[in-house]
Amino acid sequence: MVEGDMKHGPLLRVNRLTKFYGARTGCRDVSFELWPGEVLAIVGESGSGKTTLLSCLWGDLMPTAGSIEYRMRDGRMRDVMRLSEAERRLLMRTDWGFVRQNPADGLRMNVSAGANVGERLMAVGARHYGNIRSEASDWLGRVEIATDRIDDMPRQFSGGMRQRLQIARNLVTGPRLVFMDEPTGGLDVSVQARLLDLLRGLVADLSIAVVIVTHDLAVARLLSHRMLVMRGGVVVEEGLTDQVLDDPQAEYSQLLVSSILQA
Amino acid sequence: MQERLRISGLDKTFTLHLQGGTVIPVMKDANLSVSEGECVALAGPSGAGKSSLLRMIYANYRANAGEILIREQDTMTNIVTADPRKIIELRRSTIGYVSQFLRVIPRVSAIDIVAEPAVVQGRAGDDARDAARALLARLNLPERLWALPPATFSGGEQQRVNIARGFLSSYDLLLLDEPTASLDAANRRVVMDMIGEKKAAGVAIVAIFHDEEVRDAIADRVVDVTDFTDAERVA
Amino acid sequence: MNKQHYNFAYLDEQTKRMIRRAILKGIAVPGYQVPFASREMPMPYGWGTGGVQVTAAVLGRDDVLKVIDQGSDDTTNAVAIRGFFKKTAGVETTTQTREATVIQTRHRIPEEPLKAHQILVYQVPIPEPLRFLEPRETETRKMHALSEYGLMHVKLYEDITRHGHIATTYAYPVQVDGHYVMDPSPTPKFDNPKMQRMAALQLFGAGREKRIYAIPPHTEVVSLDFDDHPFSIQQWDRPCELCGARDSYLDEIVLDDKGKRMFACSDTDHCERRQSAQGEARHG
Repeated sequence: MVEGDMKHGPLLRVNRLTKFYGARTGCRDVSFELWPGEVLAIVGESGSGKTTLLSCLWGDLMPTAGSIEYRMRDGRMRDVMRLSEAERRLLMRTDWGFVRQNPADGLRMNVSAGANVGERLMAVGARHYGNIRSEASDWLGRVEIATDRIDDMPRQFSGGMRQRLQIARNLVTGPRLVFMDEPTGGLDVSVQARLLDLLRGLVADLSIAVVIVTHDLAVARLLSHRMLVMRGGVVVEEGLTDQVLDDPQAEYSQLLVSSILQA
Repeated sequence: MQERLRISGLDKTFTLHLQGGTVIPVMKDANLSVSEGECVALAGPSGAGKSSLLRMIYANYRANAGEILIREQDTMTNIVTADPRKIIELRRSTIGYVSQFLRVIPRVSAIDIVAEPAVVQGRAGDDARDAARALLARLNLPERLWALPPATFSGGEQQRVNIARGFLSSYDLLLLDEPTASLDAANRRVVMDMIGEKKAAGVAIVAIFHDEEVRDAIADRVVDVTDFTDAERVA
Repeated sequence: MNKQHYNFAYLDEQTKRMIRRAILKGIAVPGYQVPFASREMPMPYGWGTGGVQVTAAVLGRDDVLKVIDQGSDDTTNAVAIRGFFKKTAGVETTTQTREATVIQTRHRIPEEPLKAHQILVYQVPIPEPLRFLEPRETETRKMHALSEYGLMHVKLYEDITRHGHIATTYAYPVQVDGHYVMDPSPTPKFDNPKMQRMAALQLFGAGREKRIYAIPPHTEVVSLDFDDHPFSIQQWDRPCELCGARDSYLDEIVLDDKGKRMFACSDTDHCERRQSAQGEARHG
């Protein structure tokens, strides 16, 4: 069954997603929809359940209850947890991406920048060295890495460059959904600004849907359209990003917003 | 004259959970209608809720009750209950908001900040940037600043970038929060002309002016928001 | 060591059955690495303990065994393993490829095409071709199961990037029967084409890593490559100085302390047969 038309239906539909660690709650009854090109920020402090939620969405954790549906490229909504492992892994390296906080977790540190970007292409059958290389080179340019660094190892790159490389590595297959876990965490402020600006531009140009987990409200304001505020594993408030930040309703959201240092 | 904005029965309170749940009433049963080509100025003392009302029209603040209907071609959408995607769409296509302060984006030049909403509305990038240059020139922003990110600009310079951004795109409804506050007389004159041109083009405008002279020169109607915030009405 | 005290071919029959089961599974799933309970052998790891166990499991009393190391029958490793089976199994041994029914090898495939009645046993040090880039065993198993082999091409990509061509010359990865990618042991890539549709059964034993895998006769074995950097084998700009062969794998042999060298066939049996044929032709 194809629901709605592809452009105007949700890309991801999460329904009452729940994860218990024994008796402890990871996240509970989280529901949201994400539409093509939409950026959703999940904010909260450590232990709020935002990372658990992300791990469940990405398939690193098996949810205790609830469903995750995704609109495949053929327009069908599929329950991600019911995909075969082969289908799910293919989905994750083609139509999905994951930008991790620590680039070393998302890159292969012992192969060149070009191979890091080219890997997803090779994984889906690209077998022309020259084409793979020129595509990798093109992507390095788009993330503002000098193309003459294509044969350098990621360990020779600065933190900001590594993060940009990780982004290129994820975007090379034209994913429609990218998860990001504190993508600017651990970077210097000036480096953060550049990365944020780059991400903002790429996400808008390529109309990628993003779920970004962050504790940094400024990052959320700059990148996201909508926001979920989590605490103790549950969503305490959700809405348009500027609405939640400028007119927070829940007690915890008000605390979070009032805790920001004004520069 | 076609009605572009209709507010009825609008209530707004702030509940400060961090201060023991103190409830601050802002507005009770506010009603307002603005038609195409009309400029309505909001008046009232500082803190009376002028900016809050503008922000509610832009859905930046939530309303507790009532309706804010916004015309988009032939349909009126209640932005109070619209889903976030609809609100974003209305902000792209229909409602422009010039706030008092420019929210700068790291590394993005003044030109691109001004051109961006027009590009989002479908205008070609080069064309939009040409128009942005022309508008910044008209607002007397020194040309050497155009390619720089406005983070380090003075208040007046930032405000002119903000104004240019709001005026370059074609919105049916413009919300202006003290657009001339930190401008000198010459630039104030330019902005007044620009507002006049928008009115002539049929744009409905809701504005807050700090300067009564400017307000009286531009506004077709002045609405006193204390009418909506009267102690007895709010209580 | 008295052969009377050992079971035929050293290993007890239960162990041989266990290994044969692994071999049969390997044949049934070409290129798949079957775990097996590798035994301690009376030789150090790295000296062919996996190959020896496979040979011991397939060897019968009528078999004729040949053992080569780097193509040669008379290197220490080859002589030791040949001696081992002579003692423990009492089988006939040979240095001639065409006379052997079981050939255990490290590093080379004989130049002479093998036939259907022969078995080629490879000694394998590291059976996992994905290990270079993916250290997690759970992950490599999944990748094999799902035929996710993009990483192999990442390795070849890196080769071309660093050297201008695919510089992997040994243990060059192959895809078997359109599914499993396999490390053909440290044979030179020169020998890869010989594996393609080989008439003989090919068995691979890794003792330390406890894996057995197999290629049944006449199976598709394709060397991985790029469209614009196709697989190619080593070539020499000179013939073998001993037999004049232009189509065999040559070793560089240092002749004296002054740096005098020569290039000769690494497959000594092949070289000797050619030389004696030439001698007969001259004298006959």
